[in-house]
Parts: sequence; structure tokens; C-alpha cells
Amino acid sequence: MIWKIFLFLLLCFVSIAGIAFPIVQSPTKWYEFPFILGLEQNAKIIFFHVPTSWLTVIAFLMSTIFSIQYLRKKNLDDDAKSYAAAQLGIIFCILATVTGSVWSKFAWGSFWSWDPRQTSIFALLLIYGAWFALRSAIESEDKRATLSAVYSIIAFLTVPFFIFIMPRIMTGLHPGSADDTNAGPIVDFKMNFSMQLIFFLSMIGFTILYFWMWNLGYKSIILKEKINRQLTRG
Amino acid sequence: MKSYALFQKDFHSELRTRYAINSLAMFIIVAISVILFSIGNENISPGLTGGLFWVIIFFSAMSGLSRAFVSEEERGTSLTLQLIASPATVFTGKLLFNLILVFLMNIVITLLYSMLFAEFIIQNYLLFFLTFVFGNIGIAISSTLIAAIIAKAGSKGTLYPVLSFPILLPLILTSVKLTSFAIDGVPISEAFFELAIVLCYDIIMISASYMLFDFIWKD
Repeated sequence: MIWKIFLFLLLCFVSIAGIAFPIVQSPTKWYEFPFILGLEQNAKIIFFHVPTSWLTVIAFLMSTIFSIQYLRKKNLDDDAKSYAAAQLGIIFCILATVTGSVWSKFAWGSFWSWDPRQTSIFALLLIYGAWFALRSAIESEDKRATLSAVYSIIAFLTVPFFIFIMPRIMTGLHPGSADDTNAGPIVDFKMNFSMQLIFFLSMIGFTILYFWMWNLGYKSIILKEKINRQLTRG
Repeated sequence: MKSYALFQKDFHSELRTRYAINSLAMFIIVAISVILFSIGNENISPGLTGGLFWVIIFFSAMSGLSRAFVSEEERGTSLTLQLIASPATVFTGKLLFNLILVFLMNIVITLLYSMLFAEFIIQNYLLFFLTFVFGNIGIAISSTLIAAIIAKAGSKGTLYPVLSFPILLPLILTSVKLTSFAIDGVPISEAFFELAIVLCYDIIMISASYMLFDFIWKD
């Protein structure tokens, strides 16, 4: 119970601080953020957009880990865990796409411009979509678990290409791209201590939130299957 | 050698019906003519022809390559195959067949395409050749594995391009880029990084396929 209250307070603090703390030219007080050339007031999205896209990848990673676990042990609980992780992953993926696209309207002038990062988040959406389409196409439980586990592993192998290779070799607008000179590596050099603190608090807060939701999600899937099995048996 | 026997069996049964070859040939003609009709008398840039080239290759591959495993499920012969050969052998046989099919298909596409599109002029032939070879190998590997998944998922034909597209996307994006390099006449030394990506993709996918095929194939 205590950590739920802690999480609530943490996320409240992050939301208020992320939105309300002012961005000034030369920060002197602890609650002031520095002015980053090329990002200006738009820089505040980092507290909400980066954690969602981080969780998209974490969710996909967990889904793949439990898929491997399922292929090794053939335990349907692992399939439920993988499924719950992917369900949350697609929610965070949509959130990251939408927040990023709204942000890019104000920062770059258009909602969508096929920046490498946008291409890669779009590919992730496609992978999630294809994965759920595959799951819904198969009736038998074991077969569904096996085939979707295999697909999730193959799809995960393409993720490094999208997340880590493409944005670095292709020129792009996104902060942190290969040819980015203004906004550079933001996390290391351009943010001051208070900005970094809130950024990492936000990452931690969202990650805890994710694990809590995932825990509830997979438990409810396992319970649902248990009840289904009891009902069909008699 | 068992995998070669399996390849021969597929090859002979294909020659008997010519289903995949005929439908692929027709598909290529249809796809190219749709693009030609939609372009009309417009002048398109050479860079765009490189992109359209891979669009045709992707959809032709999607229309023909799922046959390898779907035909086994349709004829009900997959159980026999499971009894007489190990999964790796079956996969090698099917991969060989699909490789031949992809190379044949793409040579035809390239010939037709360079005849019908005046703007499609390759300046760096060696780069285009390397892209072509590595790209085709990648398409054959990924689509063979996805075909196996589709066949086991009850031969849902519409799912095939849906499942293959995200897997093939890194390969296609990089190949489109390499093709535009070849059209612009960029020297190979500058395209080295992209070539390495395509090669890595092929290696990653073939190792993953051999590891994962066991799980798909065994019921």
C-alpha cells in the first residue's frame, strides 16, 4: 500500500514540476530549467514523451523475454505475461506516437514528416498490430502461444535496426539524430541538475506504474483463463 | 542431402502445375502495368523509380512465397514430412526453393522494369548487384519463416503481408536507399555502412530462422 501512495505522490510531483517549472535563459534557482537552443519551451515534452517511448520498448522486450520463457517451459502463464506486456506496450506506443506527433506540429511545423524516429515508432506500431492480428487468427491456445511467441522473437530482432541504427545513420529532425548540432545529446550536456532529476524521476515513476499495471494485467488474464477452463469442464 | 531431395520434390511438383510461377508472372505484369497506367505521361524522378522497384518486389514476393508451406498443409502432407525429415532439413529445402523463386522473379522484374521505365538507369552496377543479391536473400529467408507461421495458423492468406511487412521493413528501407545510391552513382566505399546493415539482417534472420523453426514445425 505504502508504495502506491509513494508512486501517486511521485507522479503528481513529476507532472506538476514538468509542466509548471519555468524555462529561463540562465537558471539560478533550483526549480528553473535551462534554455536549450532549438527546443525552447517545447523541451518540456521530454518528461512525458520519453518515458512512454522507453516503456514501449521495455514492454516489447518483456513480451519477448516471456515468449522465450514460454518456448522453453511451455507454461501458458508465461504466454499470459507476454500478452499483458504487449497490451500495455501498444497503449504506450500509441501515446508516444500521438504526443510526439502533436509536439512535432509545434516544433517542426507538421504532424508527420517521416523522421527516422517517426518511422521507427510507426514500425513498432505495425509490429504490435501484426502480433495482435496473428493472435486473433488462431483458435487453439497452445498453437496461438507458440506461434505468437516465435513471431514476437523474430519481430524483436528487427527492433535494434529501427531504434538504434536507423535514427543514427539517417539525417533527421528529432533531438539526438546523427546531424543534430543544436539540441545535441540532451540528457548529458544540455540539461541542468533539476531538469535531469525530474527527467529521471519521471522515468522511474512511469516504469513503476508500468510494472504495477502489468502485474494486474497478467494476473487477470490468468484468472480469466482459469475460470474459463472451470466453466467448460463442468 | 535430404533437403536437396525435398527441394527437388517441390521443384517437380511446381513444374507439374506451374501454379506459383504462372501466378507470379501474371502478378508482376499486373503490378508493373498498374504503375505504368498511374504514371501516364508524367516524368518521374530516378529516385522514385528505385522506390517503386522495391514496392513491386515486395508485393510479388508476398503473392507467391507463402506457397512453400501452405501447399503442404493443403495437401495434408506436412505430417509425413515431419516423420521423414528433421525440421532443419525441411527448412533448408523450402528455403532453397524460395531462394530460386525469388531470384527468378526479381531477375524478371529487373529486366521488365529497366525496359519499361526510361528513368531507371543504374550508374553503379556493382552496388546494384550486391543490393539485389543481399536483398533477395533476406526476402527469401524472412518470407519462408513467416510462410511457415501462416501455414500453421490455418493458411490465413491475408495475414501474410501484414506479418511480413514489419519484419522486412529494415531490409526494404535500406535496399531502397542503396538502390537510389546505385542510381546516383555513389561509389561502394560510401555505401559500405548500408551494405553492412543488409548483410547483418540476412545473417541475423537466417540464424533466428533455424533456431525458431523447430517450434513452429513440431505440433
